[in-house]
This record gives sequence, C-alpha cells and structure tokens, in this order.
Amino acid sequence: MNYNNKAWLLLIPALVVMATTAFIPLITVINYSLHYIFSGAIPEFVGFSNYVEVLRDPKFLGTLGRQLVFSFAILAVEIPLGIMIALSLPSKGVGVGISLVLLGIPLLIPYNVVGIVWRLFSSSNIGFIPEVLSWIDYSYNVSLHAMDATITLFILDVWHWTPLVVLLSYAGYQAIPDVYFRAAEIDGSSTWKTFRYVILPHLRPVLLIAFLLRFMDSFKIYAEPLLLTGGGPGDTTTYMSLFVARKAESYELGYAGAVSIIYLLIVMIGSWLFFQVINTLGKGKGEK
Amino acid sequence: MIQYRTKFKKRYIFLIIYFILLALPLYWMVLTSFKTDNEILSKLSYFPKKFTIANYAEIFTSSVWMNSYLNSLIYAVMNVVIVLTVSVPGAYAFSRYHFVGDKHLFFWLLTNRMAPAAIFIVPYTELFYTMHIHDTCFAVALGHCLFNIPLAIWILEGFMSGIPKAIDETAFVDGYSFVQFFRKIFLPLIGPGIGIVAFLSFTFSWVELIIAKSATIVHAKPIVVTLTIGIGSEGIKWGLLAAAGTLTIIPGAIIVYFVRNNMAKGFALGRV
Repeated sequence: MNYNNKAWLLLIPALVVMATTAFIPLITVINYSLHYIFSGAIPEFVGFSNYVEVLRDPKFLGTLGRQLVFSFAILAVEIPLGIMIALSLPSKGVGVGISLVLLGIPLLIPYNVVGIVWRLFSSSNIGFIPEVLSWIDYSYNVSLHAMDATITLFILDVWHWTPLVVLLSYAGYQAIPDVYFRAAEIDGSSTWKTFRYVILPHLRPVLLIAFLLRFMDSFKIYAEPLLLTGGGPGDTTTYMSLFVARKAESYELGYAGAVSIIYLLIVMIGSWLFFQVINTLGKGKGEK
Repeated sequence: MIQYRTKFKKRYIFLIIYFILLALPLYWMVLTSFKTDNEILSKLSYFPKKFTIANYAEIFTSSVWMNSYLNSLIYAVMNVVIVLTVSVPGAYAFSRYHFVGDKHLFFWLLTNRMAPAAIFIVPYTELFYTMHIHDTCFAVALGHCLFNIPLAIWILEGFMSGIPKAIDETAFVDGYSFVQFFRKIFLPLIGPGIGIVAFLSFTFSWVELIIAKSATIVHAKPIVVTLTIGIGSEGIKWGLLAAAGTLTIIPGAIIVYFVRNNMAKGFALGRV
C-alpha cells in the first residue's frame, strides 16, 4: 500500500457530511453536559457536576443495569440462534429466495411499526399472546406486569434482529470453499468438530460485524418500548435511549448531555472489548 | 445415507417452526388491517369475518397519509444517493492508501454509528434551522448520514480490499484517468458491495424514527411520524394503524425481492 496524504482529498466529501451531522452535534452535546441549563435562564458553566449527579442517580444506574442485562441477553440468544438457522437454510433451489425474503422483512419494518405489531399482538382482548396464555389460565398483561413487559420486549428484539445475524452468518457460511468440508469428511471429523474448527473460524469476520452491530444498536432501542409499554410498568422497560430522550424532552439538557456522553463511552469501550476478544479467540481457533 | 436424511428432516422442521414464529406477528397485523374496528374490539378471530378494505381506502384518499408516505420514500432515496457519493471515494482512500491518522479516522467514523440519536434531537433541530433546511426531506436525508456513512465506508472498504491492487495499477499504466478507471473498471467490480450498501442505507433510513421526527414539522412529515399520531387520545384506531403499518413493509419487500440473490453474495464478499 502507498503512503499518500493525498488520500485525504478523497475523504473530503465524507468528512464534510460527517462534520455537519456528527461532529457539530457532538460538540453541542458535550457543551450541554458541562452547563446547568434551565429553560429561560442563561446556561451556567458547572464543570463536571452534571456527570457527578448522573453517576449518583439511582434511576440512571437502574437504567444502565437493565440495559446491560438486556444487551447481553439478546446477544446470548440472537447470535447462536442466528448461526443455527443460517446453517439449516437450504443452499440452493427456490427455498433460498423465499427464505431470504422472509428473513429480510422484519428488518425493513420501521421501528415504531415493530412496536405497533407487537402491541397488537400482545394487547389484551385483541392480541394473540394473551389469548394463547389464557388457555393455561395465565393472565398476561404488558401494562401491568413488569415480567411480562420485559420478556415480551426481549422476544420482540429476538424476533426483530435475529434475521440480521442469520443473513450475515449465511453469507459467511456460503463463502466457505467446499474443499474444507471435503477435507473434514476425509479426516472423519464429527459434526461438532467440523462446526468448531471449520465453520466457526470462517464465520469470525461476519460474526464480528453481527456482534458489534447488535451491541451498538441494542442501546438504541427506543420506539419499540415507547409504543409497546411506554417504558413501563414503572421504569421496568425504560432503556438508555428512552431515558435520554425523556430527559431531553423535559429540557434537562445538561443532565441528558452527561448521560449521552457516558452512554457513548460505555458503548465504545464495550465494542472495543468485543473486537479484541473475538479477534484473539478467533486467532487461537485458526491455529489449531 | 439414512442418517444424513433424518438429520436433514429435523433441520427443516426447525426451520419451518422458526418461519411460522417469524410470520405470526406480521400475519396478525395484516389480518387486523382487513377487519372493521368493531370486529377488532369485540371478539378475537383468526380470519376477518367481514372482510373490509375501508382502512386502506381511508389511507389512499387522505393527502396527509399519502404525502408522508411519499416524503419517506424521497428522503430514503436521497440518503442512498448522498451516502454512495461520499462513501465510495472515502472507502477507496481507506482501502488503497496509508495516510496520516487513517486508523484513528476510521475508528472515529465507526463511533458515530454508536452515537445516541436520542440526544441529537435538540442539536439537530437547531442545526437544521440555522442551515434553513428544517422541515425538508433533505434535512432528514442528511441526518441519516450519521449512521449510514460509517456503515457504508466499513462495508465498501472490505469489498475494495478484496480486489487486487494490480487492477488499479494496470489500468493507470494503460492510460486510464482516475475518473475513467472508476467508472469503467472499478465500480462494476464492486457492484454487489454497492448494492448491499444501497439496500442497507435505504432500510436504515426508512425505519428510523428519532431523527426523522426532530427534522420535520409539517411539509416533510414522514410516514413513521404520521403513524405515531394515529395513536390519538380518543383511543387507538387499530385497523387504520395496522393498514398503514402493512403499507410500510411493501417498499422494503420489493427491494429485498430484487436484491435477494446479491444479498448472500454481497455480505460474504465484504469480509470473508
């Protein structure tokens, strides 16, 4: 590769757009986070006291805890499930097209329509879930029972995003040359060993994308809880984005700004850790 | 051989169950959209007893619904155009050259994908007002670049790095100018990558709510915002909402159908 600083010229258009849509707003948010802002009054510089207030706020800590549990739970389910489905998909024939189109559909539904779909599906008297659960005498209600709301939202996310993991894994799986499978067959490799030493190492790059995208985006879940449960009952389904949005909507911009910066740092550190872990684990596998 | 077959059968049962679970909530929405409000609220049923298209008729005859539907299509397409125009040269720079700060810049771009859109509501409103583009489709298209450009550069860089550098060099030796080389040789080679990026950018722009909401008031109001307003104080009009929701799936479904063959290839060439 060339060492060439003229490459910066090619990046100018992208950087101009990103400066407008990302950099300026980010600086504005950092600026908010260092001020005490109250509508009408002139903002007052308060240093890091917003951050101190956020980190001591039990509501913030509760939301962060819920968010982390949620993010890890969906990763723990969506990634293995996605791989399993991808490996079961047919590799040729009409089935492929139909499967891919079906899998694509949940990804193409606007986030708030996903919320509406599931609200319809889970509302008492009109929904399918309460109807089925009433057969076993369970009175299911997302707006009253915290557990029902949490589990429904979890299933919603698995329903919504597992197809992305499937598509990525399927693409990675199809790209593995046949030679590897033939070699594994000749060596008398078991199904599990073929999976562990042939398939998984080849899936590593796409799985990295899947892990990172799902981790980053799980923090952005907003419209779905807003429409399904309104973040309730209580705060039980209020996750980070909803928490920040509520604070911003009530014009507590200093506080909301500080939460956003902390949120961004957590996601960045988390993504970096995932990147490192998957890369080192993967390398180990490849050598065996 | 027998063993192999039973394994296969089990797999298909698993797949069929998965697809049924995947389709069930969607079926529920489509089903509701063909029912009258009375039927929806009175008794739960698995097929509409009185099949009606009144909900769809209401949407197609209302200028508010139709305009917002059109607005969403316009800004999603605009977003695809902007993203591709700036990301293709950007990704080329990352894939072909080393330059001061390249690694840091690449990482910085990716962090924007993680940025919490929820907090950008206020800065975006102020920014778009200052630029005199508030409440236009262009504002929404620009706002969606926040998360689409990083992803586009990430994916395209992978595609381009999979193409040998010798191709560039040969073309330049043969006397192609940079622009000619791009148009005639390079772009066709990364075609599937461009297809995937266009598909993903369209999708993420089409489904996004927060930025679309903060950048518009009346003129450019997107379908996703009009939908939320459908949940009024006088109770939810479930039939109408379900019909509008069903209609939002259609553009995406058409696109998926056309790119289905490229989808698997596209994702794979990108990184594997």
